[in-house]
Amino acid sequence: MRKERFVIDYQDKVISIRGLYKAFDDFEVLKGVDLDLYRGENLVVLGKSGTGKSVLIKIISGLLRPDAGSVNVLGKDVDKINRKELNALRLKVGFSFQNSALYDSMTVQENLEFPLKRHDPSLTQKQVNSFINIVLEAVGLGQTADQMPSELSGGQRKRIGIARTLILKPDIMLYDEPTAGLDPITSQEINNLINAVQQRFNTSSIIITHDLTCARETGDRLVMLLDGQFQRQGTFDEVFSTDDERVQAFYNYNFID
Amino acid sequence: MDQTNDPPRRKFLISRKIDKAFLDLHKVYIFNASIFREMFSRPFEFREVLNQFYEVGVRSLPLITLTGFIIGVVFTNQSRPSLATFGATSWLPSLISIAIVRALAPLVTSIITAARVGSNIGAELGSMRVTEQIDAMEVSAINPFKYLVVTRVLATTLMVPLLMLYTVLVGLLGSYMNVSANEQTSFITFMVKVFDAISFLDLFSSIIKSVVFGYTIGMISCYKGYYSSKGTEGVGKAANSSVVTAIILVFLEELISLQIIGALRNM
Ligand SMILES: Nc1ncnc2c1ncn2[C@@H]1O[C@H](COP(=O)(O)OP(=O)(O)O)[C@@H](O)[C@H]1O
Ligand SMILES: [Mg+2]
Repeated sequence: MRKERFVIDYQDKVISIRGLYKAFDDFEVLKGVDLDLYRGENLVVLGKSGTGKSVLIKIISGLLRPDAGSVNVLGKDVDKINRKELNALRLKVGFSFQNSALYDSMTVQENLEFPLKRHDPSLTQKQVNSFINIVLEAVGLGQTADQMPSELSGGQRKRIGIARTLILKPDIMLYDEPTAGLDPITSQEINNLINAVQQRFNTSSIIITHDLTCARETGDRLVMLLDGQFQRQGTFDEVFSTDDERVQAFYNYNFID
Repeated sequence: MDQTNDPPRRKFLISRKIDKAFLDLHKVYIFNASIFREMFSRPFEFREVLNQFYEVGVRSLPLITLTGFIIGVVFTNQSRPSLATFGATSWLPSLISIAIVRALAPLVTSIITAARVGSNIGAELGSMRVTEQIDAMEVSAINPFKYLVVTRVLATTLMVPLLMLYTVLVGLLGSYMNVSANEQTSFITFMVKVFDAISFLDLFSSIIKSVVFGYTIGMISCYKGYYSSKGTEGVGKAANSSVVTAIILVFLEELISLQIIGALRNM
């Protein structure tokens, strides 16, 4: 079941990273990473746990600072701009957290309103509600507005988390392990949602995962993070047609018991 | 990894532990500076500040009423025998009011606030940190420091002095109950003696002390929660060390303020 191919503009880089280096104390996580994300593209970043995948997208969204290298997002170097410019940029970059990171103390409706009302105080409640309906419907959860996050299932929380980023109309989506901890059927629903978001909201996305089904279903292009660097890139089949033991081990672990 | 002949990098100025202590101190300093900077810059989070006033102030009232009242009763009752030896039980109202206003009310209010509110804040912010809710605010361009930290510190700083005054009231009420049962003093006589005994400096210095205590409790528990380490045990640790650190600091500040106020009295 391949997804419908989508028009990707290979002339237009929305993210461009060169020589990115990041260490914690003396533990080197990223050792010279180069990466381009093209407009309209779903890029999958594969890698074992603890290889620095989350660190990579946290640097892209300015949550962590790079030690060296340049990180250009939508024409701006994230570590060189001031706070105001960074915040403006962040509105264009949606971040779907591994554990959804919904605000526990707020209902689903309030979770969605919170970022929206703050960034556009001129909106009427009616407009706010209509935006909320659009994104809730887009993630297939129209009936949950009054529920608390604790009442939702893992898959539903994931969807609400995605809805909460979509409500700010991002150009770029960053998904941190979107299918981690979900059963295969729910995972597949999330994969489909990621593709639907790409089509409907014209987003360019980085999808971080160690789930090969997710990688195959959502990725237009894949890169693999090994030992702090991107070792392979290409389509799913291209990435795995190699003798490199580390890559093969990764494949076998996912598809053979 | 390939071997290199470079000398090992010098990683620490003194030792890992001592370096870390200084870094932590610096972090606390930056944290405090940020609180003051963000407190006076727009946008003001009025709604969340009001929420926190309610959370810290109103919701502490039952516990404060209970403890304040009991302390008034117990302290009066326990002081009676020693005054009775000198036949001076008529001094009870003066003695108790000085004790309550100068020391007991600020301390008791702060300890109760640290225990109830401090642990709440530590656990709440800690779990928001661990579950990436703080990061989620940050990436949607909401200033989590202002929304979470500044509002809570404001609330404890302003509510602890108010709660302290309330503790004075219920403490005196408890004391009066005990005095009226034993010495048949009228309420008016009791209150006249109370107001004769306490000076403006007593009340004023207690209010200032409570402001400092309130700030300390809010700042420490926000700091512990905001920088909580990952994992569920991080949340428990944040809640626990919020309370312990805040109470220790409050007592140290009490000791310092004793010296300062003592000096002021002698001026
Ligand atoms: N803020 C941090 N401080 C210290 N170490 C960190 C921090 N964030 C991540 N690390 C370390 O960096 C490594 C990579 O983390 P991460 O990017 O979360 O891995 P993953 O690929 O599983 O997402 C891990 O070993 C982690 O312990
Ligand atoms: Mg991760």
